[in-house]
Amino acid sequence: MTTTNTSVLNGNPAIAAVNCFHCGEPVQPGLLLNVIINGSSRPMCCYGCQAVAQTIIDCGLSDYYNYRNRNALTPEQLLPEKLQKLRIFDNDRIQQTFITRSGANQYEVNLVLEGIVCPACIWLLERRLGAMTGITGININYDTNRARLNWDNALIHLSKILEEITRLGYAAYPSTNVQDQLLYEKDRKAQLLRLGLAGLLGMQVMMNSVALYTGNWSEADSAIKSFLCWFNLVLTTPVLLFSAQPFYKGAWRDLKFLRAGMDVPVALGITIAYLGSVWATGRNSGEVYYDSVTMFVFLLLLGRYLEFMARKKARERTDNITYALPAIATRLHRTGERQEDDEIVPVAELQREDLLLVRAGESIPADGIVTDGISTVDESLLTGESRPVVKQSGSALIAGSINMESPLQMTVTRTGADTVLAGILKIIDRAQSEKPGFTLLANRIVGWFIPVVLILAGLAAWYWWHINQDLWLPVTISVLVATCPCALSLATPAAMTAANSTLLRTGIAVAHNDAVEKLARTTHFIFDKTGTLTLGRLRLDSVHCRSALDEQQCLAIAASLEKTSEHPLGMAIRGITGQSLTHAATDIRNYPGRGIAGTVNGVPYFIGTMEFVRDKAGTDPDAGIVPDHSADGGTTIFLADQKRWLCSFSFSDVIRHHADIMIRDLKKSGKKVILLSGDNSSAVKKIADCLRIDTFVPGLGPEDKLNYLREIQKKNAVITMVGDGINDAPVLAGADVSIAMGGGTDLARINADMIVMNDQLDTLVKALHVSRRTLAIIRENIIWAVVYNLLIIPSAVLGLVAPWMAALGMSLSSLVVIGNSARIYKCI
Amino acid sequence: MEIIYLLIIISVPLIILIAWAFIWAVKSGQFDDLEKPRHQILMDDDDPGKKSD
Repeated sequence: MTTTNTSVLNGNPAIAAVNCFHCGEPVQPGLLLNVIINGSSRPMCCYGCQAVAQTIIDCGLSDYYNYRNRNALTPEQLLPEKLQKLRIFDNDRIQQTFITRSGANQYEVNLVLEGIVCPACIWLLERRLGAMTGITGININYDTNRARLNWDNALIHLSKILEEITRLGYAAYPSTNVQDQLLYEKDRKAQLLRLGLAGLLGMQVMMNSVALYTGNWSEADSAIKSFLCWFNLVLTTPVLLFSAQPFYKGAWRDLKFLRAGMDVPVALGITIAYLGSVWATGRNSGEVYYDSVTMFVFLLLLGRYLEFMARKKARERTDNITYALPAIATRLHRTGERQEDDEIVPVAELQREDLLLVRAGESIPADGIVTDGISTVDESLLTGESRPVVKQSGSALIAGSINMESPLQMTVTRTGADTVLAGILKIIDRAQSEKPGFTLLANRIVGWFIPVVLILAGLAAWYWWHINQDLWLPVTISVLVATCPCALSLATPAAMTAANSTLLRTGIAVAHNDAVEKLARTTHFIFDKTGTLTLGRLRLDSVHCRSALDEQQCLAIAASLEKTSEHPLGMAIRGITGQSLTHAATDIRNYPGRGIAGTVNGVPYFIGTMEFVRDKAGTDPDAGIVPDHSADGGTTIFLADQKRWLCSFSFSDVIRHHADIMIRDLKKSGKKVILLSGDNSSAVKKIADCLRIDTFVPGLGPEDKLNYLREIQKKNAVITMVGDGINDAPVLAGADVSIAMGGGTDLARINADMIVMNDQLDTLVKALHVSRRTLAIIRENIIWAVVYNLLIIPSAVLGLVAPWMAALGMSLSSLVVIGNSARIYKCI
Repeated sequence: MEIIYLLIIISVPLIILIAWAFIWAVKSGQFDDLEKPRHQILMDDDDPGKKSD
């Protein structure tokens, strides 16, 4: 519950272990951010939470805190630039891809919402948005986290609505795959109809069948018996013609491609059982199997529907995160001498020689060359290099990297298929086509089981044809119905459904079902460094002081200088000191890629690279100030005034929480752990040493990583690759199982079999556990199904199995499989 | 036992009625979101700005 900690805080908010009232994260001691909610003052952990909570209160929606049953997610702080970016959604050309217009100003859009954790979130959003003028309709689906939004464009703009959603602590993107979504919905409804009707009619058939089984039919009652059979025939026909369609379609597909799938025996079994029953009904003698047909269809449809829903859910989760801002670029027009006109254009429309403006924080839309400006660019997603690279006039830019510091102007040299990014895409395609084959356990068994059953049924038919011509058909039918592959065909789907939803609960979305089984068989785990084992974010490691000023004072000055910096180092320093600046810096001058100069309390200070500070201070640094480990992969910057060097700050990439535990657990369960990185060797070595990974290879490009993978795959290794960047995507595509971090790039996520939604590395260990358990359960299910069949086939061939026994055996064997699979839910 | 004819014939319109109700429910989206309505009923909804759709 959300209010457990509140009694502690009303008295003394500085007590340790105070949690944020909005998101439940611990509040840093000494931080005094409070919001009055329902009459009492509540602590907040950050400015983001404070702003959101205040907005909720100001809108008169404080009931949210009473209704909710889970804490909200920690919202990001609202930066004006971020809100500014939402404006692009008002652009006509961009809107064309996702908006439906029904009147002059009546617009409709499907939004993907992020951050929804409980039904109160929906209440909050629907109430707030519903009260805004101009919004004519809002309907949020809790299952899919999507909203249908209608508005009057004359009264309100989409960016304004998105901004309001952001203010409440959620994120929303227009969904561009509405068509896919509609098709999926249609498919779901069709499946539900088939399932429901099979169940409904099946129950009627069952009722009549009980009468047929138990009735002590004398000659006089044979009219009633015949009537019941005819009535069952009428009820079963729609089940066969409508509900069972997917099996016939699947069987037809299997036959066309000459595969031995599960659908062929299913289709054959129900058709023969049905036709045999019709024949018996017409002749008014012999056994009828209508109940077997309907129950069989119903149980199989149920298994498929559950599997479909689990997959749909996982897909929605993964789809929801793949929508980020649309790919757009700001194009400058050369109008005479001055370039003033800029317009936002979709990246697809970019041409060579176009002049583009890339603002700080934006990603580079195409390969090109800098024509104006100096900035640092983060290429870690493409190359794995964790340190930002300085770019100035003449430097080459790679599409997909991120401009960190200050605006750059660039000319496009390559677009579309010629870019470095597109080159990586080609490697991905190749990697996928060369992916090693893998036969799932179930298919291996089904492959020989089905032909055996068909041959046995054929032999039985041939034998009885010669012995007793009246019996050959009932015996053949009972062989096919009794050995009915129901349990066998449910064995894998039932376990997969349970595994998928268990994994989703622990924070992993499964995009491809095979992955669960392959994960269980994995021998090697390969990790990427930047962004996977580490956060891909620099953190202040150590401060070396050698002056009159102490550490805190130096940090305070540095934070004031870096006040407006978008540079990762600046943000890391600000992250330490928090929002409260003790000094105000004036005359701040930014030298992109080098450092910052500014005046604090009347004294000029310089912060930046060693060269920059040496240049400005005019002296060499003291030996004590330069950290000894400056060469081990970290980054160091220096602070000086006009005469003296004051201190140095060393930064390194932060290792993800639980990374060490995960590596230890993986090694303990006998897996080989390998680290492949595009970063330089000292940085990779530091991380590998820290996490005790014995095998690591630094300085690898996307292609090299793939080659490395191929080498060990040749030695029959089953490989799970965990990565996040664009440069990891080819390896992800080539690995047996690919796992992407949820916060990673779209390209990595699209090529992944599984996605770690919560970005917690220890979920991987849990996933391994679930997958092993699932494989064990699938094995048990299949063994059970095969043993059951081996027992019943001889009796069926000898003509000893009555139809009611066949039906009962079939239902029981299926229930055993379903019950056994349910044990997966409990393994975490 | 002849009563069984009557009973079964009576059951036919019932089956048709239930099937029709089920088909209507699926098509009109009654099964689209099974989570929200059960919470929604407990939450205060008397917002003047809220429109019914």
